[in-house]
Amino acid sequence: MSKLKYIGKKLMQLILTLYAIITFNFILFRIMPGDPIRLLARSGAISAESIARIKELFGLDQPMWMQYFIYLKNIVTGQFGISMTYRQPVSSIIAERMANTVTLLAVATVMIIIIGIGTGIVAAMRRGSRLDKTFVVASMVGWSLPTFWTGLLMIVVFGVFLKIFPISGILTPGMQYATYSQVIMDYAKHLVMPTIALIIVDMAQFFLITRSTLVDVLTEDYMLTAKGKGLSPKKALWRHAMPNAMLPIITTLALYVSLVIGGAIQVETVFSFPGMGKLMYDAVLKRDYPILEASFFLMAAVTVTANFISDIFYTIIDPRVKDI
Amino acid sequence: MNMLEIKDLSVHFKSRAGTVHAVEGVNLWLEKGELLGVAGESGCGKTTTTLAIPGLLPQNAFIPKGQILFNGEDLVKKTEKEMEKVRWKQISVIFQGAMNALNPLQTVGKQMMEPILLHEPHVSKKEAEERVKELLEQVGIEKNRFTNYPHEFSGGMRQRVMIAMSLVCDPELVIADEPVTALDVMIQAQILELLKKLVKKYSLSMIMISHDLSVLCELCDKIAIMYAGRVVEYGYAREVFTHPKHPYTVKLLHSLPDIYGEKVFINGIPGYPPSLITPPAGCPFCERCTEKIPECGSRVPELVDLGGGHYAACCRQTEGRAVV
Repeated sequence: MSKLKYIGKKLMQLILTLYAIITFNFILFRIMPGDPIRLLARSGAISAESIARIKELFGLDQPMWMQYFIYLKNIVTGQFGISMTYRQPVSSIIAERMANTVTLLAVATVMIIIIGIGTGIVAAMRRGSRLDKTFVVASMVGWSLPTFWTGLLMIVVFGVFLKIFPISGILTPGMQYATYSQVIMDYAKHLVMPTIALIIVDMAQFFLITRSTLVDVLTEDYMLTAKGKGLSPKKALWRHAMPNAMLPIITTLALYVSLVIGGAIQVETVFSFPGMGKLMYDAVLKRDYPILEASFFLMAAVTVTANFISDIFYTIIDPRVKDI
Repeated sequence: MNMLEIKDLSVHFKSRAGTVHAVEGVNLWLEKGELLGVAGESGCGKTTTTLAIPGLLPQNAFIPKGQILFNGEDLVKKTEKEMEKVRWKQISVIFQGAMNALNPLQTVGKQMMEPILLHEPHVSKKEAEERVKELLEQVGIEKNRFTNYPHEFSGGMRQRVMIAMSLVCDPELVIADEPVTALDVMIQAQILELLKKLVKKYSLSMIMISHDLSVLCELCDKIAIMYAGRVVEYGYAREVFTHPKHPYTVKLLHSLPDIYGEKVFINGIPGYPPSLITPPAGCPFCERCTEKIPECGSRVPELVDLGGGHYAACCRQTEGRAVV
């Protein structure tokens, strides 16, 4: 019963948080300097009539509070309106971009989790060894490199000099495909560099969080008990150490998953990859309110939901949580 | 025959400051069904000596010389894989259960069943559960608390669980590492009563570590007093308590308050134990000893038989002069 109560409490928090974020998003873009109409009109010599027409088209002629209610209604009904720059329904633009981003990040995330947590375990088990030190230094370097710089360097080396991988986009422009598999090959080739860039930059946090929590857990008294019982190091690791080290790892994972949907803005921008990150970056530059509102809402919703799911995981893993 | 015979055992630790000679040339022995108490102040090597028996020393510890003969087999020479079979099945440990010796994420039942299922594969889960529940009742815990988690028990109850857990595989030797240290005085008395009862009921062979001499004298058949990594006195508990032969033991006993006598300030032992990184050339207690003779500064005294199973390591004893 107390477990259900805990989940119910968390669910209430989730809804409240989302509402706060939605409202904040609405205000944020409207107090942000810059005027979408100026950017849309392109020339300063625009007639007052045209301005009024554009305003009416996007509902900007309505009073602020009315805009707010329309905005709320749209979110509840899943209608995010028409993009100001693309002149298409926001939902279809986002759906297309989301597909690209998810493809890019799904591969990268799975690799990051497997390699990051795997090396973290190895390093923690051999703490202080040369291997451990090498891993720590390498991950620190990877983490410290600016993403755009790593990306640019890869473009220069592998794209320009070695010409192994395409440097931008998602399909080669003007390419004629004979078969379907050629399309997939071309698509995959474009994914290689952004994926590797993401792995280099984001693996460190999983490695470091796994290593440091596991190092702490391995020195806990119950690990000596486990050894004393006659468990092999491997059994002690999986039965006693990993479950205890899981909580911080899940927290990191929840935060990371929300970034996945938001898209890796820097990587997508450097590689001109048409994903969510690039979409948001362009939308900020052009003050495309509907796109910004929709994508920020989506990002917030995923972040809050991921945290909610990790909270539920806590109750499954840690019996102490429900008593809090 | 002695069930356990520790011969000339040394345990050293590698540390940044140098090699720590935590245990140096220790001789101890234990007959089947005996209860041996090991006493001494913090850092005298009592835990290191006893945890060396089941091979539960920290990673930076190593054994440069000595033997640990258990039923005639040298445990020092055994590989990790061989030791895993000895642990808990033959030699179990009562850790400080009140602290963190139980895994917070598993029910106590599951943790107690683990060694049975590990060492006795022919035993079914049902039988293991029965055995665990019976032992829980033996230590005064209702068997329906089998499915409770460690945080749902008090410190004293956790210590009871730990004691019951040490007995699940019916071990030949139980090592109790300061089983009552973290508990308040009332609970200490209860736990000691319980240990007394269990020792009798299961005719256990046990080594009990404590820095509380009075606790050991009440419970143990024999007592070993350790100082600066060496055994300085060994003998029947009553003998050591009433006729101590080593100046350190004398001072240790004088530092206990007498509840029937006048209120007086306790005589502590002035000074500190010597550095274990650069041990003194002579008797380690020399600097704090009030009975020293010139020889003490240059010769490390051996543990010698004074007759009647009473041993002491003091230069005065070997000269045939009584200290007390």
